Amino acid sequence: MKILLIIISYIGLALSIIPSVLVFLGKIDMQTNTTLMAVGMVLWFGTSPFWINSKTDKDNAADN
Amino acid sequence: MSPQTQNTGPAVNEYEREPVPASAQKGWRSFLGMYAGEHTAGTEFVIGPLFVAHGVGAFDFFAGLILGNILAVLSWGLMTAPIATSKRMTLYYQLERICGYKMVSIYNVVNALMFCFLAGSMIAVSATAVGIPFNLTMPTLTTWLPTSLGWVLVVLVIGFLTTLVAIKGYNQVARFANVAAPWMILIFLSAALAILPELGVTRFSEFWAVANKVIWTGIPLEGVSKFSFWHVLFFAWFCNMAMHIGMSDLTILRYAKSWKYGFLSFSGMFIGHFIAWISSGILYAAFLQSSNFSTEFAPGPIAYGAAGVAGAVCVVVAGWSTANPTIYRAGLALQGVFPKMKTWKVTAWVGAVTTIAACFPALVMKLLDFVALYGLVLMPMGAVIFADFYLSPKFGIQQEMAYNRNISFSNATFFTWLITLAVCLGLNLGFGIDIFFLGLPGWFIAVFTFLILSKTLYPKGKEALV
Repeated sequence: MKILLIIISYIGLALSIIPSVLVFLGKIDMQTNTTLMAVGMVLWFGTSPFWINSKTDKDNAADN
Repeated sequence: MSPQTQNTGPAVNEYEREPVPASAQKGWRSFLGMYAGEHTAGTEFVIGPLFVAHGVGAFDFFAGLILGNILAVLSWGLMTAPIATSKRMTLYYQLERICGYKMVSIYNVVNALMFCFLAGSMIAVSATAVGIPFNLTMPTLTTWLPTSLGWVLVVLVIGFLTTLVAIKGYNQVARFANVAAPWMILIFLSAALAILPELGVTRFSEFWAVANKVIWTGIPLEGVSKFSFWHVLFFAWFCNMAMHIGMSDLTILRYAKSWKYGFLSFSGMFIGHFIAWISSGILYAAFLQSSNFSTEFAPGPIAYGAAGVAGAVCVVVAGWSTANPTIYRAGLALQGVFPKMKTWKVTAWVGAVTTIAACFPALVMKLLDFVALYGLVLMPMGAVIFADFYLSPKFGIQQEMAYNRNISFSNATFFTWLITLAVCLGLNLGFGIDIFFLGLPGWFIAVFTFLILSKTLYPKGKEALV
């Protein structure tokens, strides 16, 4: 389940940046870009809170 | 720039009056992530555009940023971190041992006031995004007073909610900031990339020509002063002066396993203070082009125009996630002064002051000056810590004077602070030296004054003269 959430989160992040690259390359228009970015935002904020802080806590523990 | 706004790194309320033990020290990953997140904040939406408005040239901008950021990283690495990992104490306790608890109380009040204004500017930034659906009249570069009743109402609501959350659930906010940080960095980058074709950049090879011609043109907007390479360099170096040379980050870096972790601040400088400032500058240039050089200055609509809802949300989140912990920290600073007052009451008062300040867009329009002032005002205390640590033994001055001689108020420190700021004010008013450039001479004045006064007022082996 957690793996699935992480995958969805990264898809959200990808949707936050890749469409802009495509706009820059002239492959999609601005309207499509902003829509995809909004979807990416929903995916990221909808899933990352369930795993990102536990990962940070674990990293901190690993540091020690 | 940002005060210590996120909680990805070490906890700050532990070991307040004792050195951090080896078992509690943190590895490099904590600091790398913390610095990257901490310096990608709501302020970045304002600072990048203000450089464009002030007519910085493209070469001056990039060269100034690179050199200024390197100097900032060196300041953290060579000045703050060695003291932090040697003493392993909070800034407040370190200061108390040098200048006494009464002096630290004054420092706390000044610090809290600065935090309030910084948080206020971030609430105002958030208001520019929240106000979009309400069609609020946005402030312009020359707006100092509230633009409308609607503006005041939006600010009051955001200020109230921010204060409420600061009172109720700071840890949740810190955890939310962890979630928001990587997304915000991408939104900065993404929005700028998407808007570049509108400025005439369709290949990276065209970027430099357009940057010179359209973005960082070297010509300031009407009614705005001209900034040079030196403004950018000194601003990039000193915008976090309170944290590195001013030694606020002793509190954070005392948890570092090695003094070299101070150099990890490069992640914050070259993501937040480089990529984010460049990106927000590009967004503002596109806004200027599309609005026929409107003087409106509102990060919300600018980000919305480039990245839609995600851009506007990014402005709200960036502003809020900076304002919230800043209010919390201002409350903590003041609680040291009023220990009997309940935490929630202190935070509520801080929130009220912050919210009133946020009603005035002047805080946003003059953010560069305010940030420079913020660093300058707190810097002398960092210079005192530096002088006490490195120079006092060489000049025959007792280290940690207040602790060793049971002094509650060090006149040497107080007058060092006062004289430094008075000389800086004199340089500013009398010789017209810009506030951005006062930090460097101010630091030397502070160190020199502290040594002279300490030697004179507290001779070694004798009772204090005053």
